[in-house]
Amino acid sequence: MSMANTNAPTIAASQDNAGPYGPKPRRVFSRRNIFLYGTLFVIAAYYLLPLYVMVVTSLKGMPEIRLGNIFSPPLEITFEPWVKAWSTACTGLNCDGLSRGFWNSVRITVPSVLLSIAIASVNGYALANWRFKGADTFFVILIVGAFIPYQVMIYPIVIILREIGLYGSLSGLVIVHSIFGMPILTLLFRNYFSSMPEELFRAARVDGAGFWGIFLRIMLPMSLPIFVVAIILQVTGIWNDFLFGVVYTRPDTYPMTVQLNNIVNSVQGVKEYNVNMAATILTGLVPLIVYFISGKLFVRGIAAGAVKG
Amino acid sequence: MHTQGRDRTALTQPADEMSKSERPNPLFRNLNAKVASIPMILTAGVVFVGGTLWTVLYSFTNSKLLPRLNFVGLDQYYRLWVTPRWLISIENLLIYGAISLVFSLVIGFLLAALLDQKIRFEDTFRTIFLYPFALSFIVTGLVWQWLLNPDFGIQHVVRGLGWESFSFDPLYNSSIVIYGISIAALWQGTGLIMCLMLAGLRGIDEDIWKAARVDGIPMWKTYLFIIIPMMRPVFITTLVIIASGIVKVYDLVVAQTSGGPGIASEVPAKYVYDYMFFAQNLGQGFAASTMMLLSVVIVIVPWAYLEFGRRK
Repeated sequence: MSMANTNAPTIAASQDNAGPYGPKPRRVFSRRNIFLYGTLFVIAAYYLLPLYVMVVTSLKGMPEIRLGNIFSPPLEITFEPWVKAWSTACTGLNCDGLSRGFWNSVRITVPSVLLSIAIASVNGYALANWRFKGADTFFVILIVGAFIPYQVMIYPIVIILREIGLYGSLSGLVIVHSIFGMPILTLLFRNYFSSMPEELFRAARVDGAGFWGIFLRIMLPMSLPIFVVAIILQVTGIWNDFLFGVVYTRPDTYPMTVQLNNIVNSVQGVKEYNVNMAATILTGLVPLIVYFISGKLFVRGIAAGAVKG
Repeated sequence: MHTQGRDRTALTQPADEMSKSERPNPLFRNLNAKVASIPMILTAGVVFVGGTLWTVLYSFTNSKLLPRLNFVGLDQYYRLWVTPRWLISIENLLIYGAISLVFSLVIGFLLAALLDQKIRFEDTFRTIFLYPFALSFIVTGLVWQWLLNPDFGIQHVVRGLGWESFSFDPLYNSSIVIYGISIAALWQGTGLIMCLMLAGLRGIDEDIWKAARVDGIPMWKTYLFIIIPMMRPVFITTLVIIASGIVKVYDLVVAQTSGGPGIASEVPAKYVYDYMFFAQNLGQGFAASTMMLLSVVIVIVPWAYLEFGRRK
């Protein structure tokens, strides 16, 4: 009854807070709300600003960039910088643009993601369900090893790869990504498989299923979400890698991030900021798409992947 | 013993393991799991332990272009600590580390607390705060290099508004360049900290808030004296994550300044890389990377002791 003589926004707000514990109904435009949403909008604008500037700059021509300011929207939209960044921008001797780096990154990321997840999932399953003497020791070393700075292990790996003849090749880099993805992925899968009901595993054993049978027919179909999390984690992580790319590949097999850095930070020639920004967006596009599509799963992945450090 | 081993193997692989179990060998028991663990064993044993020991061992040699076992004691370390570039790297790392730790925690927590006020469009705001984390350090560094460009970026725009003496060129001023790099790092990384903190805040019982409200405790006091102490495990995890990220900072510096102006924004990871792959001075690179390892050990061991040692 008392609600009847209040205005519409108040009713909406009070319904939101409806419950046994809520404080007295609040007005939508209370001082608290103005402060709260005001702060959030300002911060959101700050976080979005670099993305906005990137896009705006990449759509301008160079004369407009020299005269105008970086925040103003383009007067004349041109897609030329994008075309140039993709197909004709120069890195060293190669003048075929970022497309080369893009396809290199694809050829690095796809096998690395598949290989690292295949190894880690089987390994996590073995650690969870088929423990053998000494397995946990190696697992602890693996997890502790995740905290060792990469710089300590870079050179020994160079020697190992050189010995087996893969130094400088894409397969070598795939192996490196599988090695350094192993700690976090193994942890992820081990914990997931350990949380599955033990009875399931026992029943399958009694029915005569073996190591691979249980894995392929019971564990795999039940663990699709964790595989999606692992894929998100690895695709963004490997695509964004710079250090391994620069150490373990040659100029013609550089991944996109390395090539991007070479294009933008090259000292020769006139700086074309619009081409640089178009190239930067192109490089960031794959992880951004993964991020916006995956939503909550991405958060789960990074919460797990953050342990990787 | 004999039959038991045979039985277990037989259960694992009814058909093709039978022939092998004629001669019982404990090594073949649970064979599939062992085969599946070979990559882990090699990674842990050869790369992580072996590689680390190898690097530490060769840091006591005078290896130049190629690694050679020609021991010179602590010479490389002595030279390291009198090289100005290394000292600047360490100083930068300390400043960058302090800024990252303090501001990531404070901003991350404040953002999480703001999002935890039962607001509308929470998902939208979270998506916006977190998207930089999906971008690589190279992309982050290049965007901020452009924004902080004194001739076109923020400084130019503010001057254009009429404030002619305005000066904001952190990437071109060697005394503040590391702060310019930290701005980009915070933009990229605070979203992650916010997410971890938000998960921590959501884990706190609603009854605590009710009790605090009944007692008339102001909100900021509830956060400071009740909620934050309760979130101790979350803070410790976050701290370890931030700390291990600090030591690794490399790509961001390469993209934003390439260590410049001069050597003003060098960091240890870049020192290691440059000495190993450009200066042909492997011994220096190994010594520097061993120092990096030491700094991580100094951070990790007390934490591991506090977290895991106490429980026993």
